[in-house]
Amino acid sequence: MDGWAIETSGLTKSFVGFVAVNNVNLRVRKGSIFALIGPNGAGKTTVFNLLTKFLPPTSGRIMINGQDVSALKPHAIARLGVSRSFQISSVFPQLTVHENVRVALQRKNRDDFNFWQTDRCLSVLDERVEELLAAVGLGDYARHQASDLPYGRKRALEIATTLALDPSILLLDEPMAGLGSEDIKGVSALIRSVAQGRTVVMVEHNLRVVAELCDWVAVLQRGQLLTEGSYADVSANPAVIEAYMGNSHA
Amino acid sequence: MAMAPLETKIAAANGSVRQRQLIIILLVAVALSAAPFLIYPMFLINVLCFALFACAFNLVMGYSGLLSFGHAAFFGSAAYISGYCAKTMGLPAELAILVATSCSVVLGLIFGWVAIRKQGIYFGMITLAMAQVVYFIAVQAPFTGGEDGLQGVPRKALVSAMAPMSDRQSYFFVLAFFLIGFCIIYRIVHSPFGHILRSIKENETRAASLGYDVDRIKLIAFTLSATLSGMAGAVKAIGFQLATLTDVEFFMSGEVVLMVLVGGLATMTGPVLGAAIIIAMQYYLSEFGIWVKALHGMIFIVCVMAFRRGIVGEIGAYLSRRRGASD
Repeated sequence: MDGWAIETSGLTKSFVGFVAVNNVNLRVRKGSIFALIGPNGAGKTTVFNLLTKFLPPTSGRIMINGQDVSALKPHAIARLGVSRSFQISSVFPQLTVHENVRVALQRKNRDDFNFWQTDRCLSVLDERVEELLAAVGLGDYARHQASDLPYGRKRALEIATTLALDPSILLLDEPMAGLGSEDIKGVSALIRSVAQGRTVVMVEHNLRVVAELCDWVAVLQRGQLLTEGSYADVSANPAVIEAYMGNSHA
Repeated sequence: MAMAPLETKIAAANGSVRQRQLIIILLVAVALSAAPFLIYPMFLINVLCFALFACAFNLVMGYSGLLSFGHAAFFGSAAYISGYCAKTMGLPAELAILVATSCSVVLGLIFGWVAIRKQGIYFGMITLAMAQVVYFIAVQAPFTGGEDGLQGVPRKALVSAMAPMSDRQSYFFVLAFFLIGFCIIYRIVHSPFGHILRSIKENETRAASLGYDVDRIKLIAFTLSATLSGMAGAVKAIGFQLATLTDVEFFMSGEVVLMVLVGGLATMTGPVLGAAIIIAMQYYLSEFGIWVKALHGMIFIVCVMAFRRGIVGEIGAYLSRRRGASD
């Protein structure tokens, strides 16, 4: 597991009259758990959207596993083994919990355009679906409609769906947002266990979680990379404290 | 017996479900065969053609979440092409339908390729604009017969050994195509592709993040729908011996939306029922003239305000609620 999973150089995204991400150079080591932190509006989610190509960068280059992906579309990024979750939990509400995960597995099954077979052929995926649901503690909810789940379980479902693709790089956008303290413990343990053999990049506001989980922390402020390093180094940096607290506390 | 093993219970339940399905299929078969002896066959032909059109339209509107305002272009152009092939070129009806349906594949690809890059209302407006182009061609082109349309299209088919078919024979001819189309749609909806289509309708961004080429999948769904809509139009030209500007007009695109909404969006049988109701109104209320259109408008408003799932959708929801309560 040597080298960089993600490298960006000069990554910039400007909207009309506003530069959301400004000349950011990030390098994420393969196999690490990498956190992107910073105050609200620092451009963290924009960076995520750029990495997965949901937004086209204004300028700059993105390399994933050494391959230049600057010209690819979102689904092509996903096919390179990059899987993301969303800030606001993103499930297929009218499908059952089981179907939510199965639809992700179908992609590996290569039946995107298979409109001539019956859906009974999907039963080969059932076993794997059940494994994934059990892994996130949703085994008993397989037949429920996703929209009926409480928020914490929707997040768990989203993680199961993301994991179904067996990605080499996981991008998690605020995985702890909206979770109670019990759920946070559970999801933390889950992230730690799925990070085995994978690269995880997460945007997270809960600094205790970041301190506990992440090997490397990058701090964004007003679209620019302020500093990066281990959590201990970064959290002791006066510039970071100022960015979070403002001048009066410095 | 109180503790019967679960497997036997499930097997028994499956058995009775299958038995019930078989009975329903038999009843439907009997009803469809007896229908032309009890009801005016031309009315039934009309219902079947529009039912197939509505089912095909449901594939994009109900199952893909794409609101097209231009489906009359496929229905109408295929009607003209099949009418022209049968009347002017003297092709057998089956071949005329095949040619017209193939043209709809191409037209569907062109429409879809242009429109699918846009979302929501913009998608609808582009399909509408392109359909207006097709309408313009239909008005101007010499072979469509202008305001008169193509009349007296012969009903000579290979299955009738090129002898003209009677109304009743034509009904069974049209029924065969309806059943083929309906089965194809059923299969598409219940295929692995159909499941992916539903997920895109539910949450497009998420589907893309799972690695699905959303635009390409929507394009395929759109083209399949256009093809089957074309088949419905082509069969209509034969069964009704007529292809006119009415088939290709904007009103037709609106009417099929109404049929699907009345019957039930994203249900298999809803569009069939919706088509039957709308066509029946046109037939049996025709003495009210233009007021039928006003009635359409009223029904549309009632549907949207009171029962959004449509008739079949509401019944389905009621049954599943009751089942949920009895569990």
